[in-house]
Amino acid sequence: MSLQATTWQTVGPFFKIGLAWLYQGDVAGPGASGDRVTIEGRILDGDGQPVPDGVIEIWQANSHGKYAHPEDTQDKPLEPGFKGYGRIPTDDHGCFRFTTIKPGRVPGPNGHQQAPHLAVSVFTRGLLRRLITRMYFPDEPGNTEDFALHLVEPDRRHTLIAKKVANRPATLEWTIILQGTNETVFFDC
Amino acid sequence: MTPIAPYRRFRPGTQPNHLHPPYVSSIKRAPYKQLVYLPHTLSEVTGPVIGPEVVDAKACDLTRQHSGEPIGERIIVGGRLLDENSRPLPHTLVEIWQANSAGRYLHSHDQHNAPLDPNFTGCGHALTDSQGRYRFVTIRPGEYPWGNHYNAWRAAHIHFSVFGPAFATRLVTQMYFPGDPLMPFDPIFNCTADEKARNRLISVFDWETTIPEQALGYRFDIILSGREATPLETQTHTAEGKAR
Repeated sequence: MSLQATTWQTVGPFFKIGLAWLYQGDVAGPGASGDRVTIEGRILDGDGQPVPDGVIEIWQANSHGKYAHPEDTQDKPLEPGFKGYGRIPTDDHGCFRFTTIKPGRVPGPNGHQQAPHLAVSVFTRGLLRRLITRMYFPDEPGNTEDFALHLVEPDRRHTLIAKKVANRPATLEWTIILQGTNETVFFDC
Repeated sequence: MTPIAPYRRFRPGTQPNHLHPPYVSSIKRAPYKQLVYLPHTLSEVTGPVIGPEVVDAKACDLTRQHSGEPIGERIIVGGRLLDENSRPLPHTLVEIWQANSAGRYLHSHDQHNAPLDPNFTGCGHALTDSQGRYRFVTIRPGEYPWGNHYNAWRAAHIHFSVFGPAFATRLVTQMYFPGDPLMPFDPIFNCTADEKARNRLISVFDWETTIPEQALGYRFDIILSGREATPLETQTHTAEGKAR
């Protein structure tokens, strides 16, 4: 190896100038197959205060469990127009909101299938590099055998699983807590 | 599916810790708990593919986005996007944003008492070419004060954002200018323990890209995580060697 990866720096408070052109709150795109879901949440800091200057990025497979990427060589259908990419800022109250479809299962280590999940990057002023986490779906049988959830202490796994919202069947709620007792699980990835 | 060839992890000390108390904003936002080591799966070795269909070819020139020319020193900022194995990353998106020449961002939360420039937005993007090269025309950004501590000033910088080939290779960083006297006092520049890693954020003045009578050139090469060595990668290297 001859080179070393460039060091990270914070996005700072003014990232909107450079990143807003690619804000994308419809992660699946209009024609995608699968169960539509809206995900709403907030980013909170160590004092429980909302983070109004944050942005998250989503990466996910389509409903068949296929990524729109050349390295996914699985024999599963690609869908025209499906990208599986989202970039969503928080608003003045630290809230974010995006729509997508529940992805299918994708392969994990040792031949096991992973539970449906979104890969998530979190960027805010104050974060010197991104935080990496995952969002899983509630009532999903695959969660009990998911290898990544099993890497996490049992009493912290709930931070990675979105919650159902009463009387709003197509909506899930997922809060990202940057620091403290109920801190979201972040991955070294 | 072929086995997953993971991307290399960062070498110790070459990346900032999340908590860096001299940068006050990190104190309430850095996680306390240890990160959970996640082996790379298909989810991490794939990632968003942002292609020419969404890229505005004119977005690489930040001096031509309005009816008039922005105020300030015109500069060329360019370099190569490579992975740690020295392989160029072609057709890859690079995004930048920055303050204007007076040190003011076009953002409602920037309260610095310096003028906005009606001819400068401070936002650009471009795809690297087939050799992994990128090039922006812009204005040298000004230094500006911030509220981190008494008499705090940010060294002049340009923000960079790159996806690279996979979710695992995402990078957001800042480029600095050689000889800027504020760098030793800037807690964001100094957040990385390894001095050599830190100094690679400083661009290099470059005669080659300097345009006579027009603009000074600054070179800033960006390195993303490379693949762990695998049999597949060895084959690829051999193929490239023959091509040369």
